[in-house]
Amino acid sequence: MSLALRLAPLVFVAAVVQVSAISGARILGAEPDLLLVTVVAIGLVAGSIPGAVAGFAAGILLDVMLLGVLGTSALILTPVGYWAGRYGETTGRGRRYAPPLAAFALSVAATLGGVAVHFLLDQPVSAREALVTLLPSALFAALLVLPVHRLCRWVVAPVHRYEPARRVELV
Amino acid sequence: MLGVTVRRPAAGRASSRTTAATRRRLVVGGLLLVALVLVTLSFRESDDGPVTSAQNGAAAVLRPFQVAADRIAEPFRDAYGWLDSLFDAHSDAERLQAENEMLRQQVVQGQLARSENARLRELLEYRDGPRLPDGFRGLAAGVISRPAGAYAQSIVVAAGWNDGVRVDDPVVTADGLVGTVSRVGSRTARVTLLTDDQSAVSAVDLVTDAAGIVRPGHGPRAPLRLDRVPKEAVVQVGDTVVTAGWQSPRLSSLYPKGIQIGRVTSVGRTDTDLYTQVQVEPFADLSSLQAVLVLVPADRGEP
Repeated sequence: MSLALRLAPLVFVAAVVQVSAISGARILGAEPDLLLVTVVAIGLVAGSIPGAVAGFAAGILLDVMLLGVLGTSALILTPVGYWAGRYGETTGRGRRYAPPLAAFALSVAATLGGVAVHFLLDQPVSAREALVTLLPSALFAALLVLPVHRLCRWVVAPVHRYEPARRVELV
Repeated sequence: MLGVTVRRPAAGRASSRTTAATRRRLVVGGLLLVALVLVTLSFRESDDGPVTSAQNGAAAVLRPFQVAADRIAEPFRDAYGWLDSLFDAHSDAERLQAENEMLRQQVVQGQLARSENARLRELLEYRDGPRLPDGFRGLAAGVISRPAGAYAQSIVVAAGWNDGVRVDDPVVTADGLVGTVSRVGSRTARVTLLTDDQSAVSAVDLVTDAAGIVRPGHGPRAPLRLDRVPKEAVVQVGDTVVTAGWQSPRLSSLYPKGIQIGRVTSVGRTDTDLYTQVQVEPFADLSSLQAVLVLVPADRGEP
């Protein structure tokens, strides 16, 4: 089974669970973002291109299910998956702290990016709300990524092998 | 140096790395471009445009999955909500208790304000109506102190010398006579109530014209009595007693004529008594006065 076929159900289930089950559940004022965490985990495990594709697909799924402006979430999640992949391919490779660190940083970046994109699209968005929940959401993402990362490794391992990185490139 | 062997960089590996980077950038750039195009199309087109229609179709396809996930998650969500409410119950109880206390106080304050409003409205109607005695103006004053016990039948009102109040000015409410001013300060005045031992008011039975003097009664059930009513005078239970307001060339009553005092509650005659025993219940509730009108002669002028 190819990598895409293995990752697609993961993204799909994460998107459905995020929209139907997790959406609206607030823990300590923050809403856990399973979809973002899954995209980060896929990026870390499978690399930058699968991460970017997973982010794009997750964003489209999210916008379709929420009937939002199509492409908005993809604009945010595609770079998230890509950068998680780049981090996993370079300095984060084999580091124990890589998944929580990446999830934390990319959660913050995604929140800020989301506010910026919605603002640019003239959509109603509360920057105050986003800033207030920024840290709790990032912490949740850092915790949630541990089991999700393990699951992704289990799903991806049979068909994907890492190539050692020699050089660090952000883009 | 010519004899030294130099390892050349692996040109093939570098080329492959460059190709991978280019491919990577192209993929990400392409995806972002597609996302931007989708955003633009989604924004620009109408509700029945192709992108929106496709989105709606896809949403309809995904709907069963969402419903299924929602149903699966419902018990867990309920359990979480229950736990969450359990943690919040204590703080909620404290908050609601404080809120309840505050609301109770507001209700009490509202009731007080409503009854005060009604009393003041009555006073206003009395002051501006035809019942106000001629030649007087009503000076409204709040009661700031009430009788401390059975032997202190006086109140203190928030109007004094500076407001034009003088000793012996009559004090009324919309219901009837209350007493007279017995002492005046700059901003306050003491009013001796009808129930004080020193009080005496010339009065007449409004129905029969039987004259007498209203004095304090002999117990809580008979606050006032109409004294010095001749035995031959006719007084009946239920008659209204008003101030007589007599005038002579040199003297005049402190009270203007026709102010309501009270209603006759009992009439008694014995052979040994010189006068008819008439008990009167005052119209004004002297035990819970909140605001009064001091009747100031109109010719005294504004302070």
